[in-house]
Amino acid sequence: MVALSERMSISTMQTTRRAPKSLSDAVFRWASFSSALLVLIVLAGILGSMVYGGWPAFREFGLGFVTSSVWNVGKEEFGAWVAIAGTLTSAVIALVIGVPISIGIAIFLTQLCPPWLKRPVATTVELLAAVPSIIYGMWGLFVFAPLFARFIQVPVSNLVEGLPIVGTVLYARVPSGVGLLTAGIILAIMIIPFIASITRDILDQIPTILRESAYGIGCTTWEVVRHVLLPQSGVSIIGAIMLGLGRALGETMAVTFVIGNANRLSLSLFDPSSTIASRIANEFNEASDLHLSALIALGCILFLVTFAVLVLARLLIARVRTQ
Amino acid sequence: MTSIAVTASNAIGNAAAADIHAPIRISVRNLNFFYGDFRSLKDISLDFCDRQVTALIGPSGCGKSTLLRTFNRIYSLYPEQRAQGEILLDGQNILSPSVDVNELRARVGMVFQKPTPFPMSIYDNISFGIRLYEKLSKADLDNRIEEALRKAALWDEVKDKLRQSGMGLSGGQQQRLCIARTIAQRPEVILLDEPTSALDPISTGKIEELIEQLRSEFTIVIVTHNMQQAARISQFTAFMYLGELVEFGPTNKMFMTPNKKQTQDYITGRFG
Repeated sequence: MVALSERMSISTMQTTRRAPKSLSDAVFRWASFSSALLVLIVLAGILGSMVYGGWPAFREFGLGFVTSSVWNVGKEEFGAWVAIAGTLTSAVIALVIGVPISIGIAIFLTQLCPPWLKRPVATTVELLAAVPSIIYGMWGLFVFAPLFARFIQVPVSNLVEGLPIVGTVLYARVPSGVGLLTAGIILAIMIIPFIASITRDILDQIPTILRESAYGIGCTTWEVVRHVLLPQSGVSIIGAIMLGLGRALGETMAVTFVIGNANRLSLSLFDPSSTIASRIANEFNEASDLHLSALIALGCILFLVTFAVLVLARLLIARVRTQ
Repeated sequence: MTSIAVTASNAIGNAAAADIHAPIRISVRNLNFFYGDFRSLKDISLDFCDRQVTALIGPSGCGKSTLLRTFNRIYSLYPEQRAQGEILLDGQNILSPSVDVNELRARVGMVFQKPTPFPMSIYDNISFGIRLYEKLSKADLDNRIEEALRKAALWDEVKDKLRQSGMGLSGGQQQRLCIARTIAQRPEVILLDEPTSALDPISTGKIEELIEQLRSEFTIVIVTHNMQQAARISQFTAFMYLGELVEFGPTNKMFMTPNKKQTQDYITGRFG
């Protein structure tokens, strides 16, 4: 009986509500829905046109397009391996250099920084993210590369010449300053602000009381960070690193300036190489027919790799949020 | 007297009577505390007896947590907070800059408002704190961990899953894990900052029983919002208001015949 009267009172409430303006509501709904849909259409369109444009190259070379390291425009033989290897190597170098520095910045800003210094350092790090990549490229080519050749490549090459392994990996046949390692270092500088600011947010989200209880059992700052804060944020920091990786993989302009653009598979980090993005940027203007198709196919590969990395990053971050 | 006071006084029967001859473990002398320019503790002088539970009560913002947080200098994580005066732990002034805060925190353990298990296994949650200060063989370490978990009344519930994450335990179990982690370091003093405020009544009961047992080994200081809890588990009670110590004495006296009107008003629920 009580339930019945409750239900009745609810239904009378509903009738007294003002009538929904169905038309404007529908327009609004469709407008926002199609805005969202547009993004999906654009994404599908890009992927579709890249697969379509790159199809002749994929058909001509098959799996060999990925595994072959020949890139001969004259003979119309194209293999992507050098560019793929260059892309992955330079991105890995960027991570190896950039990640520890980024995490160091985040730890300093959240745990150690005196309050008056916090804002200047945080702002500087964020400004670094706003520097256009062509500036990094020009600075890398005209300022960094000559210094790198003179103070790193030449002395290190002299030092390691003839030694096993390091004698190959760190030997510069032509110490010009440009090459894989230079590209990796420039990329590291470019991804540091991203990884550092996301990691800082992650560390800031850790409850104060967890941090206090770690100090409360007598931990030093290093022990708190190493054993409690970093494990606590673990997976989300990996997500932050993946976002940086995504950027490093796709970066074009700065890398094109400093990588040397050579299609040669070399074991030395000092030697010029290519990434997928730098090769496309260099050759797209003069390409036609199968050459053009091969470049589009390269782009398709890059798109898939970057997309996979970003999806993985999102998933990792989302998993932590729901915990 | 109101009915609340009656309930509180009935509850007193549970706690052991204060031992007024117990030696003094912590002696606070003219303690002032500042958050920036704001003075949140005003000339506090107070003694804490060995192997007794002392409850700090008072309305929110009265400074009871602030006082507790000076005993292990956890406030010093924040540069804008500072303490003036003396806190003597076994005669040594722990506010002196020459005192190693990390060592101090191993001697003065702390348990917080909410359970804070570290992101590691149950075993490691406890061994972590021990290994910071002691080098023990695997067997000794195992014994210490079992001992701590038994004392924290958690052993039977976790002995088969020591390698699992401490995050997987229930709230009450996590809080007992935090207590086990604290006593495993064999501190002299245990600070409890509203340790049951995030727990259900059954878990709260278990923690209170535990505190009663731990009293035989440790000097315990507890901050609580719950006056019945203070009456149930403490031997001494300090009532604070607006940064000042209003009254301090054996718990049964504080609850039955307080000297000050303010204390009585607070205890009977007239304000706060």
